[in-house]
Amino acid sequence: MKIRLDNVVKTFDTFRAVHGVSLDIESGELVALLGPSGSGKTTILRMVAGLEFADGGTIHFGDQDATDIPVRDRGVGFVFQHYALFPHMTVGENVAFGMKVSKVKRSATEIAARVDELLRLVRLEGLGNRFPNQISGGQRQRVALARALAVDPKVLLLDEPFGALDANVRRDLRRWLREIHEELGITTLFVTHDQEEALDLADRVVILDQGRIVQEGTPEQVCRTPNSAFVMNFLGDANRLPATVSNGKARVGGTELEAAGFANGRANIYLRPRDLDWSEEAPGIAATITRVIDKPDGRRILATTVDGDHVELDVVPETVARVGDSGFVRIHRARVFAEAD
Amino acid sequence: MTGGPSLRRKPPRVGDGAAIRRTLIASVLVVGAILVLAPLVVILHQAFSRGFAFFAEAITHPDTLHAIWLTGAAALIAVPVNTAFGVAAAWAITKFDFWGRRFLLVVIEIPFSISPIVAGVAYLFVYGLQGLFGPALDAAGIKILFALPGIVLASMFVTAPFVARELIPLMQAQGRDLEEAATSLGASGWRTFFSVTLPNIRWALLYGVVLCNARVMGEFGAVSVVSGNIRGQTNTLPLHIELLYHDYNTVGAFAAASILTVLAIVTIVAKVLLERQGAGRGGRPALASPVAPQGKSS
Repeated sequence: MKIRLDNVVKTFDTFRAVHGVSLDIESGELVALLGPSGSGKTTILRMVAGLEFADGGTIHFGDQDATDIPVRDRGVGFVFQHYALFPHMTVGENVAFGMKVSKVKRSATEIAARVDELLRLVRLEGLGNRFPNQISGGQRQRVALARALAVDPKVLLLDEPFGALDANVRRDLRRWLREIHEELGITTLFVTHDQEEALDLADRVVILDQGRIVQEGTPEQVCRTPNSAFVMNFLGDANRLPATVSNGKARVGGTELEAAGFANGRANIYLRPRDLDWSEEAPGIAATITRVIDKPDGRRILATTVDGDHVELDVVPETVARVGDSGFVRIHRARVFAEAD
Repeated sequence: MTGGPSLRRKPPRVGDGAAIRRTLIASVLVVGAILVLAPLVVILHQAFSRGFAFFAEAITHPDTLHAIWLTGAAALIAVPVNTAFGVAAAWAITKFDFWGRRFLLVVIEIPFSISPIVAGVAYLFVYGLQGLFGPALDAAGIKILFALPGIVLASMFVTAPFVARELIPLMQAQGRDLEEAATSLGASGWRTFFSVTLPNIRWALLYGVVLCNARVMGEFGAVSVVSGNIRGQTNTLPLHIELLYHDYNTVGAFAAASILTVLAIVTIVAKVLLERQGAGRGGRPALASPVAPQGKSS
């Protein structure tokens, strides 16, 4: 089912949570809404679900205008951050709930067969008689997904689905959700503030800030060509160095970078720690090491440049670096953004 | 403190000395016995002071029987109505955002902080012949004051917060996720209430009902103003006890009082049992815990 948001607006009291968001989600796509807290991502998800109503704009499911259809009739599966399993029902009863209250009557044996099938899908065979407080957090979230899938939703919506789980469980569930999505092909929209999760899982990432979409694209597009300093910063660690642009070249600490199309004057250069290297000899930006952090896959060097800016570099483990060493920071790759960004 | 005779002995915490502990416990026990237990014993002792036959006679006196009947009738009406009101109010306050939500919360609390007699007098001015609706009601032939409806209304005013106050904190802790999940799965509002909300609040609800019932049956101040105190007609049990006492019918008064005392004991037992249900597990897991425990994954 294709979902289309057209200029959707939502205001809470005086706070405008969502400013005119337009978004197309293709049938069968897995899309992440990514943004910091307060960016309006959950509000957008809840409006798609019908748990909130938009103050302006329309939401279409396929050709049908779903803007004013209440959640009960909208045919969406919603998975909550804290699972929202019914604590007084067993796992099996939780999964069966949607089928029992449905207007489409099913026989008890039919429902039982479907519950078994869904529990197999989420790999929880044999746990049907447990209560939610007798299973782990990761298992609860899988029950929540099975329960949402039981009503054959047109769209699957997940609100920070792995937010309450341990890092390890989270990584496993992420891969597993991707498999389920490939198996079932349901249009899926999920909300996260974790860029790693969004990039790992989604076909397409929609990055939000203060109720507006700032960039959308495949993980490759948003990673390789961030369109603003905000996106650059939000997707991962980034160093910022002030630079001066003249005649299409940005100049920082004696190093020149391509900056075609930028007006002469001040600009900012953003650099990923991995796009920098440490050398004891020129050329590069002269700097002094203030700290070295060792990690399993390399070393991170914290340094201060001659101009007093702090930079962080990720270098290979063999790099010789000690606190107090002077040397040069070499730039392999960088992005220039205008000062206003 | 560290220079004690035995090295294994830990230095006592504040107030943990044997002398202090014994003094505190003893004083609490003594005060409790004098203030609470002794009066209860006196009631039972006085009620049976002239033998069981006299006690039975006092209880089965038509006026007393009528008072018991009236108290029961008032409770049978007031408690269900207040239960429905309490559930509706708690639901509205915890599941919806609306203008005046905080105000409603304050309004529900008013009967807790106001003297019941003030409520009684207020009802007199609303429904009395010189009051707001009095003439209209009188013209329509509806009798509210000095009759059962007045007693029920006054009891309801006094006990309005009981059920709601038990439910609001619980439903607040449970949040709206469960109801949203149920509706997103296609359940109607009623279905959501009966299969999702109600099972999760049932013990708190029963608890509120038990407390509400005890208060309705024991209410004195508000009811005494609006009932008119007519013997054998509008006298509830608490009012009847006062009347008998003023008649110097001590045994009758204590006999009637013993009924309310037994009711109180039944209430306390029910309360303890319910608390056990809420905290323990009767075949099914406890429902008192907040719904969304932070992911405790194994």
